[in-house]
Amino acid sequence: MYDGGKIIAGLAVFVLLFTFPFWYNIGNAAYTRPKLELPKEAKECVEKTEWMRAEHMQLLNHWRDEVVREGHREYKSMVAGKTFNKSLTKTCMKCHDNKEKFCDRCHNSLAVKPYCWDCHVAPKGEK
Amino acid sequence: MLEKAIKGSKIYWGWLGLLLAIIGVGFGAYMVQLNQGLSITGMSRDVSWGFYIAQFTFLVGVAASAVMMVIPKYLHHYQAFGRVLILGEFLAVAAVSMCLLFIVVDLGQPQRLFNVLLHPTPNSILFWDMVVLNGYLFLNILIGWVTLQAERKQVPPPSWIKPFIYLSIPWAVSIHTVTAFLYCGLPGRGFWLTAILAPRFLASAFASGPAFLILLCYIVKIFTKWDPGKEAIQSLAKIVTYAIITNLFFLGLEVFTVGYSQIPDHLLHFKYLFFGLHGYSTYVPWMWASVIAGLAAVAILLNPKNRQADNVLAFACVLVFLSCWIDKGLGMISGGFVPNPLEEITEYIPTKLELMVTLGVYAAGFFILTILYKVAVGVKKEVDA
Amino acid sequence: MKSSRRKFLQIAGLSALGWSICPSLLQASGHGGGEGGNGQGVRWAMAIDTRKLDDKLMEECVHACHSIHNVPKINSKQNIKWIWSAPFEKLFPGQMHKFLKEVPEEHTLALCNHCGNPSCVRVCPTKATFKRPDGIVMMDFHRCIGCRYCMAACPYGSRSFNFADPRRFLKEQNPDFPTRTKGVVEKCTFCAERLDEGKRPACVEAAKGAIYFGDLNDPHSEVRQVLKERYSIRRKPGLGTDPSVYYLI
Repeated sequence: MYDGGKIIAGLAVFVLLFTFPFWYNIGNAAYTRPKLELPKEAKECVEKTEWMRAEHMQLLNHWRDEVVREGHREYKSMVAGKTFNKSLTKTCMKCHDNKEKFCDRCHNSLAVKPYCWDCHVAPKGEK
Repeated sequence: MLEKAIKGSKIYWGWLGLLLAIIGVGFGAYMVQLNQGLSITGMSRDVSWGFYIAQFTFLVGVAASAVMMVIPKYLHHYQAFGRVLILGEFLAVAAVSMCLLFIVVDLGQPQRLFNVLLHPTPNSILFWDMVVLNGYLFLNILIGWVTLQAERKQVPPPSWIKPFIYLSIPWAVSIHTVTAFLYCGLPGRGFWLTAILAPRFLASAFASGPAFLILLCYIVKIFTKWDPGKEAIQSLAKIVTYAIITNLFFLGLEVFTVGYSQIPDHLLHFKYLFFGLHGYSTYVPWMWASVIAGLAAVAILLNPKNRQADNVLAFACVLVFLSCWIDKGLGMISGGFVPNPLEEITEYIPTKLELMVTLGVYAAGFFILTILYKVAVGVKKEVDA
Repeated sequence: MKSSRRKFLQIAGLSALGWSICPSLLQASGHGGGEGGNGQGVRWAMAIDTRKLDDKLMEECVHACHSIHNVPKINSKQNIKWIWSAPFEKLFPGQMHKFLKEVPEEHTLALCNHCGNPSCVRVCPTKATFKRPDGIVMMDFHRCIGCRYCMAACPYGSRSFNFADPRRFLKEQNPDFPTRTKGVVEKCTFCAERLDEGKRPACVEAAKGAIYFGDLNDPHSEVRQVLKERYSIRRKPGLGTDPSVYYLI
């Protein structure tokens, strides 16, 4: 192999950089799920909690395309066959009326910054 | 071959350093724009495209002009262009890179740029512009690199590159035609709504591009002691002469059509640019400077003796370049938006930050150009030696 | 063929490039045009009674629209408007003359024409502007990349661009309708969100009978009735855009 030493050294540097996130976090405290404040009155969400936790972004993505582009505003829930209005502000945030204590807590601890609220107006929350 | 770019004189590194500094300043200005939005530009509700898109349009022309050497060299076996063709192709690479950068800095939501690929829309001319510009960039990098490599090894270029070279000829025409179609297919914008827009774009491209290339040849000759060859420059000068005459002729056709028909939708834009409208006349001196520079260049270039004198030719080339740059990089876009469809006048004047971003993009283009030219001239000198 | 590291890298690079553009080429399809205006289904249209509109009424229409849709009031040439009042001679250039009784100085309302053959939809490179089956020319603010091609294409000056973050200019926000973000184009949507709920557009309600609204394909609709009775014109009919906004003279 030509330049064997250089290639191996290069590969080593590459592997080191590529695995940076793993060894950088060694010794840090393990991830703990943030405590979310759930709505007090409402008992059920449009779908089951586990499903919503994993899929809410896809759901909202579909909703916005279907509402804006196709004008379909009714969502048929998989639970109990209920229907809901496909709306972030008028449906989701009517119950989850505190963005800081619900949306943000999770998003912050996972370091994701959805730009939903650049446009959609978040509810004022309880005073 | 890239190793040629990392060995150079102090002037070379100093120049690259200067360009990097300008790129840095432009990038800083762009960060402000990302943060504040396009509100930092002089654009408005009425003039919704400005300096960025105008520079993009102009540079598409510079890029397309490489074809004026590819045709004589590969279709007519005109060997004098063999020496400078690579400079033309690498100029095209730098120019298209600038075009793409100008499109990106003009977007309101650059992070959504790839929506154009996620939701491809063949109805939109902008979609096709993206296709042809990227294709042309790819073609020129490929052709330039492969032919230069062959030259370095002193063997004929591989035969598989031939189809790409032939393809690059209509492709070069397509980039400027499609760019003209961006404008000339819009109802209600009388200034652009003219079938001669694409030919006009091409004529001014074939004038300004080779004129710029002649100037680059002189610069290369001074700084690298490598002579691109008198014959090549003289042939380019003839191309510039024909093209600038054609360009002015086309402008005359346009002026006659709108002037004699007197249809306000078309006429008012020319009135605004050349005489001012309702007291708004920012562009008037510029537009006349463009026409006069063009006419003066024709007067100089028509005489073969002038073309043969290096200094005079270089001066004429500066005039041609200026004339075309004002026409396309300044008047073409603003003139189309003023007056607006309600016959109201909002003037467009670029802001300082906007000009800084523009300068940064130009510096990035020249950075690419310098490195590519360093490689090309390095190889040429190696072969000559 | 002698293979080398160099050749391998070249081929790998080209293959990656090929794969990366393949899926989107397969997806390529036409513009976001709907079927509205072909004589079937609903096609929403508006008829503005220029005689009934006065300055006060127009102001109320503008206010109703702009407050519901969170349209910011920006006092510069980078302003935003969905509906506004403008003089006849500007809305109908070439059609007014100085001997017309009263008309040339008079104002009336201008808004998106929701064209049957919209040039803005044709030029949009991402289908962020598209036509709904009911003829409404709609904006998808999530998808707009802010290239402003639609603004150049609109022959009526109906489109505005968010040069800055619009929230800076909003005193009050209607929580039920989103604001926009900087860098996207916006315009009147014929109150698509209200129509979907069975309500009429906000300006129609605020105009107190001076604006008629309805289905152009239904011979018994309010618009069709009034278009039959009164003389009406449209803006720049010669451009072939087929506007859905009529002006009753």
